[in-house]
Amino acid sequence: MTDAAAVAKAEDLADGEWHRLHPATPLLRGGIAFVAIVGIVIANLRERIIDFFVPEAGRYGGDPVDLIERNHLIPVALLVVLGVLLLIMVIFYFSWRVHTFRITADEVEVRSGILFRTNRKGRLDRIQGVDVTRQLLARVFGAARLEIKVAGQDANVNLAYLSSRNADALRRVILRRASGVREQERAASQAATGTVASPARGVGDVLNERAAEFIAPELDPSLAPPTSVVQMHPARLIGSTVLSSGTLWFVVIVAAAIVGATMFHVYEILFAIVPTVFALGSVLVRRVTKSLRYSIAATSDGIRVGYGLLSLSNETLPPGRIHSIQISQELLWRPFDWWEVRVNLASRSRERGQEGRRGTSILPVGNRADVLKVVQLALPELLAAEGMPELVAAALERGRPGDGFTISPPRARIVRWFSRKRNGFALRPEAVLLRRGAIWRDLVMVPTARMQSVAIHQGPFLRALRLATVNVHTVQGPISARIGGLDTDDAVGFFRDAAAADVAAASADRSHRWHADRPHFAPPQAHERRPELPPSPA
Amino acid sequence: MTTGTTATPSGYGHRVSERLEPVPGDWKRVSPRYVWVDLVGQIIGWAIVTVASSIPWWVSGREQWWLLIFPAVFLVVLVLVAAFTPRRVRSIGYRLRDDDLVFRRGLMFQRFVAVPYGRMQLVDINRGPLDRALGLAGLKLVTAAAASNVTVPGLPMADAEQLRDQIVDLAETRRAGL
Repeated sequence: MTDAAAVAKAEDLADGEWHRLHPATPLLRGGIAFVAIVGIVIANLRERIIDFFVPEAGRYGGDPVDLIERNHLIPVALLVVLGVLLLIMVIFYFSWRVHTFRITADEVEVRSGILFRTNRKGRLDRIQGVDVTRQLLARVFGAARLEIKVAGQDANVNLAYLSSRNADALRRVILRRASGVREQERAASQAATGTVASPARGVGDVLNERAAEFIAPELDPSLAPPTSVVQMHPARLIGSTVLSSGTLWFVVIVAAAIVGATMFHVYEILFAIVPTVFALGSVLVRRVTKSLRYSIAATSDGIRVGYGLLSLSNETLPPGRIHSIQISQELLWRPFDWWEVRVNLASRSRERGQEGRRGTSILPVGNRADVLKVVQLALPELLAAEGMPELVAAALERGRPGDGFTISPPRARIVRWFSRKRNGFALRPEAVLLRRGAIWRDLVMVPTARMQSVAIHQGPFLRALRLATVNVHTVQGPISARIGGLDTDDAVGFFRDAAAADVAAASADRSHRWHADRPHFAPPQAHERRPELPPSPA
Repeated sequence: MTTGTTATPSGYGHRVSERLEPVPGDWKRVSPRYVWVDLVGQIIGWAIVTVASSIPWWVSGREQWWLLIFPAVFLVVLVLVAAFTPRRVRSIGYRLRDDDLVFRRGLMFQRFVAVPYGRMQLVDINRGPLDRALGLAGLKLVTAAAASNVTVPGLPMADAEQLRDQIVDLAETRRAGL
């Protein structure tokens, strides 16, 4: 299917009528459970299987299978198993039949459930991101999961599964509607993309298509500029993973264990490390494989971040959905000038652990140029402001007088031992910048249009030092925009100005319908507008 | 910034030393009756801690006198907290500015929060049993950020309802995205 045909199909899917999901959905959703059940059965029948192949290994008996065998109940047992399987399949089939969705001009609605019916509506102008995930099993069937992220706890609208092409095209349709493009412009942009004719397809074409999907780059070239803005180098990825603080702590613990073992002659302790090695190894391998095909690119409806090697996922974040952004550096990354970029998103505000971390990192590792490219994509209006690129560049450096940041006073040395000269803030109409840490450096940027509220704190100890803490509140996430050890007067001024900037930016912000006020539909060429960045002072 | 010579606007005329006062002006204070609500809550809370910390003394046969150190400390804390309750309650205040609400609380640990009306997702009125007995209510302002955490306690019921309607109206005219 060509791209134009896919878009036409997606328009059909998004015509406001009720549609069903991919026919393989029951299989894919039940797939994991099925594999698990088979695994359990095999694990329990291990001896029996060994016995079957190696009869002289000794009789084994006394389990339910033996009982069935002895009482000649094999046909009954088979019938029961068959019946259960049939029942499950019927339930899955009906659950697929009643699981329908529709996409209207303003909202997406899903209804599902046989006994307990649920009906969920998501407003398109509240979309926080659209995620397309292709798990390994789903890829075999050419299916993909489309997740429409809405702010809040467990509030996502899930379309699992759609056919792979439909998912990509539907995402584009949803984002375009969410952007608030007016009808005639939609038609115009459709005419511009829909010029390629669709050839007839046979069985061979389907197979070819499936194979092509499997080896194709994650980002469909027609949906995004063909090249990712940042190239992930395998060597850098592996290096950065090995040099992360997790491995650093591991080395410290192993060294302590070895020293302890030799000092007290209890060498058994060393065996306790083995599981830890495996755990760490699997974490490192997972991190590397997840990020090997990392890509980030600008589209007309926000940035697209892709991850994964076998199970692919890519997420589109519309403009104005990034609530804060953090550029941080591990201690051992400094010689290589590597940084990680993370974001706070409303759609993941309450998710904890692995699931919550997934997708909050929009650049797993990159050099300074990569970081600036990613920030430019994530918050384009921010770096376009006067003097902002210089400010961001300064924020990644050691603190210097006159670099635009208001830093802690000398008496704050007691609470900021090493980082006093770096610990500071800069307030611009577009964003708040917090620069922290001397050993683990980081920079937090909160667009003023996304600040929820701002607070100032002071306890008795800080009052005696005439210091205060300022906290810029954003949606929950891995980043906390809090800076302590500031001079009271600076902190009070920051509090006042940030509160005023928040009000001004909130009333001017229109990003929930990001194309609505544009006279003509034109994808912003964000990566071409990038202002010249000053060379980094090495 | 106050520099040790001015009295706080609340009018409990003592000399302050370097207290935070980021938004000078008239603060609306909560009802003095709220002192009782807060007092009862604090006393119950700290009494539970005191009793719980004395459990080791009880189970060890009531002979290890040093096990009473913790309950004694918590009892002192209870008395201090109770003694400072009126001042702590007087330190709670809020101001409705043109575009945002500023909330303050805390004596030792001061906290000021500014929440723009456009950011408010919902406004709750909460009343506990003691609040109801005294005709008070607490107003909770919820934004998309859990950390905002602004609860104005101890408002007379009529004031709370009027304030809620006023804030909702203001939020409606200044509505912003997430």
